[in-house]
This record gives sequence, C-alpha cells and structure tokens, in this order.
Amino acid sequence: MLEKSIKELHEDLVSGKVTSDELVKEAIRKSHELNDECNAFVTILDDAKGVPVTDNLLSGIPYGVKDNYSTKGVLSTGSSNTLKDYVPFFTATSIENLEKSGAVMVNKTVLDEFGMGGTGTTGHTGIVRNPWDKTRMCAGSSAGSACAVAAGIYPYATGSDTGDSIRKPAAYCGIVGYKPTYGMISRYGLFPFASSLDHCGVLSRSVEDAAIVVDNMKGIDKYDMTSWDSKDFHLYDDLNLDVKGKRVCYIKEICDIENYSNPSDELKEHLKNFKEKLELCKELGMEVDAVSVNETLLKALSSVYVVISCAEATSNMSNLTGFIFGPRGEGNTYIEQMKDHRTKGFSPLIKRRFVIGSYVLQSENKDRYFHNAARARRLLVDEWKNIFKDYDAVILPVGSGPAKELENSANKLDENRAVLEDHLQIGNFGGFPSITIPDGFVSNLPVGLNITGNCYNDQTVLNIAYALESKMDYKNQVAKEVNHG
Amino acid sequence: MDNYRAMIGLEMHCEISETNTKVFSSATNSYSELPNSNIRPVDMAFPGTLPVVNKKAVEMALMASMILNCKQPEYIYFERKNYYYPDLPKGFQITQETKPAPMGIYGYLEYECNGETKKVRINNLHLEEDAAASEHLSSTTLINYNRAGVPLLELVTEPDINSADEAVAFLETMRSIYQYTGISEADSKKGQIRCDVNVSIMDKDKDPSDPNNWGTRVEIKNVNSFGGVRDAINYEIERQCDAKEDGTYDTVIEQETRRWDEEKGITVHMRSKVDAIDYRYFVEPNIPKYKVSDSWLEKIKANIPELANDRKEKYINNLGISEYDAKILVKEKSVSDYYEETLKLGANPKSSCNWITSVILGHLNKFYLDINDIYLKPKMLVDLIKMVEDGTISSKQAKEVLYESLTENKEPTKIVEEKGMKQIGDTDSINKIVNEVLEEQPNSIEQYKGGRTNIVDFLVGQVMKKTRGQANPAITRNMIIEEIEKR
Repeated sequence: MLEKSIKELHEDLVSGKVTSDELVKEAIRKSHELNDECNAFVTILDDAKGVPVTDNLLSGIPYGVKDNYSTKGVLSTGSSNTLKDYVPFFTATSIENLEKSGAVMVNKTVLDEFGMGGTGTTGHTGIVRNPWDKTRMCAGSSAGSACAVAAGIYPYATGSDTGDSIRKPAAYCGIVGYKPTYGMISRYGLFPFASSLDHCGVLSRSVEDAAIVVDNMKGIDKYDMTSWDSKDFHLYDDLNLDVKGKRVCYIKEICDIENYSNPSDELKEHLKNFKEKLELCKELGMEVDAVSVNETLLKALSSVYVVISCAEATSNMSNLTGFIFGPRGEGNTYIEQMKDHRTKGFSPLIKRRFVIGSYVLQSENKDRYFHNAARARRLLVDEWKNIFKDYDAVILPVGSGPAKELENSANKLDENRAVLEDHLQIGNFGGFPSITIPDGFVSNLPVGLNITGNCYNDQTVLNIAYALESKMDYKNQVAKEVNHG
Repeated sequence: MDNYRAMIGLEMHCEISETNTKVFSSATNSYSELPNSNIRPVDMAFPGTLPVVNKKAVEMALMASMILNCKQPEYIYFERKNYYYPDLPKGFQITQETKPAPMGIYGYLEYECNGETKKVRINNLHLEEDAAASEHLSSTTLINYNRAGVPLLELVTEPDINSADEAVAFLETMRSIYQYTGISEADSKKGQIRCDVNVSIMDKDKDPSDPNNWGTRVEIKNVNSFGGVRDAINYEIERQCDAKEDGTYDTVIEQETRRWDEEKGITVHMRSKVDAIDYRYFVEPNIPKYKVSDSWLEKIKANIPELANDRKEKYINNLGISEYDAKILVKEKSVSDYYEETLKLGANPKSSCNWITSVILGHLNKFYLDINDIYLKPKMLVDLIKMVEDGTISSKQAKEVLYESLTENKEPTKIVEEKGMKQIGDTDSINKIVNEVLEEQPNSIEQYKGGRTNIVDFLVGQVMKKTRGQANPAITRNMIIEEIEKR
C-alpha cells in the first residue's frame, strides 16, 4: 500500500479504501522491520496516529523526517552523541508546514553526524545499509531517509543537502532527491552544518511526489532571513509544462569516458547509460549540447567545498558545549566540562573537520584558504551562471556508479573521478535548484542522473525531470533486494 | 606628568535600550529584574535557530553614525566573532568587523570640556549583540540570558583625548546624544554603558602627529562607570609616567590588556599582546547583504531629534535663560523634557527654570532620583507657578508647598487648600480687616499724613498678622492707602 504514489494514496484515503490510521500503523510496523535490517531510524514514533483527510494531497499520509530537523517533543539528535537526549521545544518551519498540510510524521531518520559525511556510516546509532544490497551504503548524509523511501515505508521523507546529501543517496537508492533554490524552504529549525550551503529538500519515488511535498514545505519565513516568497510557484500544478525546445547541456570534462584513465566497467556502463538518456531528452524535443568548462576550476571544487563547509561548521557547532542542552561534560571548570562534552560527543571525522575549519579561518591562513575558497566559489558559480545564459539546465551523471560497498569504501579515487563524485556541490555553491532521478541500473544496482538549473528556475528543472522520468521505467520504483549479503 | 602627553582612545559600548526587541531575536528588549524572562530559543542558541536583524536597531545605529559625522556603509552585513565563553551561547558573537563596512567609519565629534571645545576623531561605530550576564558566586556561576542579544553600539575613537577630564566629557556628550536620540537610556547603573580605555604617554616636546613618537599602548577593559574611567585613566597615566621617571618604562610598560579593579582602584594585568585571541571572523551567512538606499538614509536623517546643544541654544536665545541654567536644564534629557512639558502647559519659562534648577534638581540629587520618579508632574509645577502669578500664594509659600509636594507626594493645589494657605483676595474681607487695624492704630494715620509713608508697611504687617499671612499683600497695601486718604 505505502509503495503507492502520494496521489494514489490520497485517492484511496478519500474513497475510504484505507484510513489514515491504517496507513500510519502500517508505516510504523514496516519501520521496525526495516530498522532491524538497515538501521534507518533514530526514532520510530509508535504513538503516531492518523489524521482527518482534507483536500490537501499530503493529509493523512505518513512520512519521515531527517533527524537534523528540530521537532517539538520528539527526540532530535542530528545523529550525534552531543544531542543524544535532546528533545526540542520548537518545530522546524518546514516540518510545521507539512504538519499543517496534514502530513503524519512516523519516524526520524539516521544521517551522517550533523550531515557531515557522504556515507551514512557516521551516525551515533550505527551505519545505514542500502535496501537494494545490504553490503552497500546508501550514501549520505540523508541515508536513513533515502533507505526508508526506497524500501517503501512511505512515499517521502525530508532531507537536507549541503554538498549532495539529498541527491547522492537518492541515486544510490534508486529514488528521486530534490533540493529547491536556496531559501525556497526555510532553514529555521534545521540543525546547521554550513549555513551558506545548507538546503532543505525531499526524497521521494517520483518527481510528482517531490513537487507536491516541496509545494507544502516551502514559503517565506520571518525566522529565516534567507527565505523568499515563492507563493507564485506551483510546482505540482505546473509539472506538465512542455519541455519541447528546452536547452540542456552536459559537461564534457565530466561525462566523456576519454577523460578517465583505466575506467572501471561500472564507470563505463554508468556513463554509457547516461549518454543514452540524453537521447531520450532529444526525443522529448529538447536540444542537448556538450559544453566545456575550465578544468582547473573543476578540480578546485572539492577543496573549495572542504574549506567553506568546515569553516562554517566549526562556527555553527560552537553552540554544542553541553551547558544549555546535551549531556553536561565532566570537569572542574567550564573549559574542562566543554572539552569533555565535545571530546566524547563528536566522532573523529567531525573533529577532523573542525580542525580544518579553525585552521582555514586563522588570521594568518584566512586569505590563503578561506578567502580564496570564497573567490573560487564565486568563479565556479559564475561559470555555471554563464552556462545558464544559454541553457535551461545542466544534466550530469551522479557519482561514478552505483552504491559503494561498505567494506571497501575507502577505495582511492583518481582525480578525475573525484570531480564526478563532487560536482553536485556546485548546486550548493550557487543555491541552484537541483534534482536527481534514477536513470537505470549498473551491476543490478540503481544509478541516477542530475538536472540542475539557475536560481528560481525550479519549475523548469522539475518539468525536464518529470518529462524524462516518464520516458523511463523507474518512476515509483521500490528497492528489490539483489544481494542478501 | 608635566613632561608627558597622554594619548587616550576609548571604546564605548552602549546598549540600545529603546527597541522593542533584541537585535537578532524577537525576544523583548527591556531591563528586567527577573532573570531569564526575556528570551527566545535563538538567544540560547538552540540548534536550528537563526538570527533576524532588527531594522529599528540598524536605523538607530545609522542615526548615531550620522551624528558622529561618519560615513555610512553602502551595504550592511554582519560578521561572526568566534570564541568560547559560557555567556556566549552560540560560541560566536554577531558583530561587524572594522573593515570594510560597519555602521559608520571615519567621523568626528566636537564636545565641550571645561569651557573649551574639543574634537575627537571616530574610527568606527558598529552594531553587535550583547552577551549574557554572568554572576560569579563563590562556588558557581549563574548566567542570565536576558542580556544575550540586546543590541549594542560600539564606538571606537582615535587616541585624540589627552586627559581623564576630556574622556569623561566626551562620554557624557555621547550619553546625552544616545538619550536625546531615544537610542538608549544610557544608564551605567543598569550596565548599559561599558568602556574599554586605551592609554599611552609620549614625551611632550615631541610631535604627536608622528606615530614613531607614540608610547606603548595599554588597554584597560570593562570599565563600567564614568568615575571608573576617570580613575582608571589617571591611575594608568601615573603608572606609565612613574615608569618613565624611574627609567623602567621600556621594561615595565608592555602592550597588554589590563583590567580595572574598582575596589582597589588599580589596573591589573589580564593578557599580553602575544596571547591575543584570534577571533576567526567571517561573514555571517544567515544574514543576507542589505543595500542601504539613499532615501532610507535621508529618512533617518530627517528623524534626528533636537539634541542637547540645540535645546540649550533655544533656551538661551529664545527664552532668555542664562547659559549656566540652560546647561543644567539640558544635561539630562529627562529634565529637559520635563522643562519643555511645563512650557507646553503655559508656564513662564524663567519661573519654571528657577523652580527646576533651584528646588527640584536639589531634591533629585539628594535622594538619587530621576525626574520621572517624582510625584510632582510638570502639570503640577505649572499649577504652582500660576498660583504665585495670580497672587493666590506668595513665592515664599510656594517654596514651602514645593518641598512638601516633593517629600509628601501631594499635589500642590491640595496642599494649599488643606493648609488654608490661599491668600485672601476678595476686597470685602480685606477691607473689613484693614478698617479694624486703622481703628486700632489711629497714630499711624497721623504719621502717614505727616509724611511717614513707610508706616504703611507696618500696617500691612498688622493685617497679615490678623489674617495669618493670607491676605494678598499688594491688595492690602493699596487698600490701606485708599482708606487713610479717605479719613
């Protein structure tokens, strides 16, 4: 039942074929099953109840919330030991918006600690496994949300995306991941990682569902100065707008197999599959071009991301001292207590990032690292904005293949493949609307492609994704386990 | 000291007390006795909270920037100053770094010190948030977050001040500006004003415009009263001069941060320059850059109210008040406002000024009161002045009434009525008594007619005696002369 789309579920609820309460109970039951298998949830809300069904498509339907969203009265940990017992007294604006729509939260999903990580393995409750193959990761940081949506627990879950944290796990789990333009959804109540890069968004099994959910999450918020008024955006209503004549492009340096020395079979297959999907774009009446961008800039991508995100993260997480919330550290002075709290609370990966963040902001290093990263970020964004003068969207493959194995995930990437892994970060640098949709299978595992457009062009991005999705067979796909470990 | 010139720079922090809410939070901005009552989640940095700029606070900061003749920024943005301290819940303070664009840069202010006009250059003025207040007890520290997020204006001067007197005069001028603009009560008793003082000395015979001649700069942090500023500067100048005289200047005086110990009256070493904290400033990403339009600035400029100097000039030139009294009237805005209110209600400007400067201010000083604290409202003072003017009571009586009103919290009209102080003004009653007196004093009629006209004073006295001082003296006097001449 819960493997259906939002619209189908809504029709069933309206016709009385099923009640909201039945859906919620089923989602909770399935959540427990999945948690045993894949460890997707920090909290399952066993007391959640159905609500009256209204005209709103989301009313009465269960959904999941990434555990870095503040939810009043419900444990919100950010998957970190520093907040392992933290129960907030206010709810994030976007979740409040969903509540008002009648959506029913049934669980809080595991993430990489505070969203810092791309593997889904660093949460304080343990690693999240891919429902397609439990020896593989979901990617991160929205690992639990991707896992649960792919497993058919509910039609959607919220995510957050600072580098690719919605869009990478979506690809690895064979589902849709959409982060709208920066500021379309309020960040109030989202635990910050890197404020200038953080976006709220959604993971779902179809473009249509993603549009419905974001329509209900978005809106200007007096508590978030970076939010803007999007009341004239009707993402779902306008989903069918014709894409004929739209111009999309891909980037040669990223997509052409010749750029890779000793490409693996998976990479070859992944890129070949991607190029085939470009043909579908042409069949839809879109123009598809290859464009070239400055390779030096592309290679700077991941360093720029590390410098900016670590710097902001160091500062953003300075409130985690264990004094006002979180477990109080031991020690005789406030400094000792704070050190104890942070030493015990954070995983080594995060501490490493804090060290980097502090280092790049120190007065003697700031210009060389932090300011240069800001300059490079600007150059990259300008490069993309230039592309958007001629094209409605950039279309690129996500990652270098299907989900990675949990065991051998430390495989060294060659430099060029790193760009393939990291290019989604440009969407965060520029605040661009960006959506990943499944585009096929490699080694029997799902892979995805990404469509990114200029700021405020969410509708176009969704229209292209919607049209392309309709030409493929992966809409509403639910994970079918291919490897039993 | 005679051989040295002191160079003093001030950092003056003043809380903006007159906005409804805090600078980046919707919590109420007001002084509250009840700890932790004016707070929102953002003030305690609960995860996911975001700052929202208070536009009113920005407008006030820009207004101060204009009055200080500073250049206003083209874009407004804020920065994070990162450091750990329990009174700083976020682990950073949202502030503005000096460059490139605080609320104001490179201005100046003229102020008066001991009758001389002085000028101090302003390096910059910026808007930031206050930290929470810590109360250190013997074994524990209590934190009150009411103050966390209160808007704070920090003003940094160039080292153009040469004495403690000048420093205090400058600070008093600034306090007056903050009060007259309605930016702040600027009350140091409420901790709304806090200063850091930079002091160095140089040889007097050398050229002060050449930085090579400057001495070593010592910073004294957290001086919380004007008296403290005076004492700390004088102490520090003396310490540095003594070191020069002893020949120990180069070894003893280092570039350092010191703390003012109010109880002992000394400055104490806090940290050396090498231990300076690296605050790792960077632009606050949650507050978008905001373009400052010319029309906005013009609107703010048009709203700058009358300042103390404007009022002083007005009192002297239009109302005929002496310069001495005018200065007293404008020193505290609340007093000047009180005075203006009495004028509005029709008081004679000079009488009102006299009562305020002679009686009311004395009473305020004696009991450490603010003029807004007293029971006697402007309307009541005006009533009193009018009772004197129309002869209902004498000025001597008025003085008595005023004292009683101030100490007993009673309306002057009530006091006059209760005590039966009203002068007898109706001629019939006075005429009756005058005739009684003349009957009793036949000799005085003779004497008057014989040319001793000052005998009238004696007769007026007799009438007063009979009426226990309530007869109107002017009426009585005329009537006595009239009656004698009838006889």
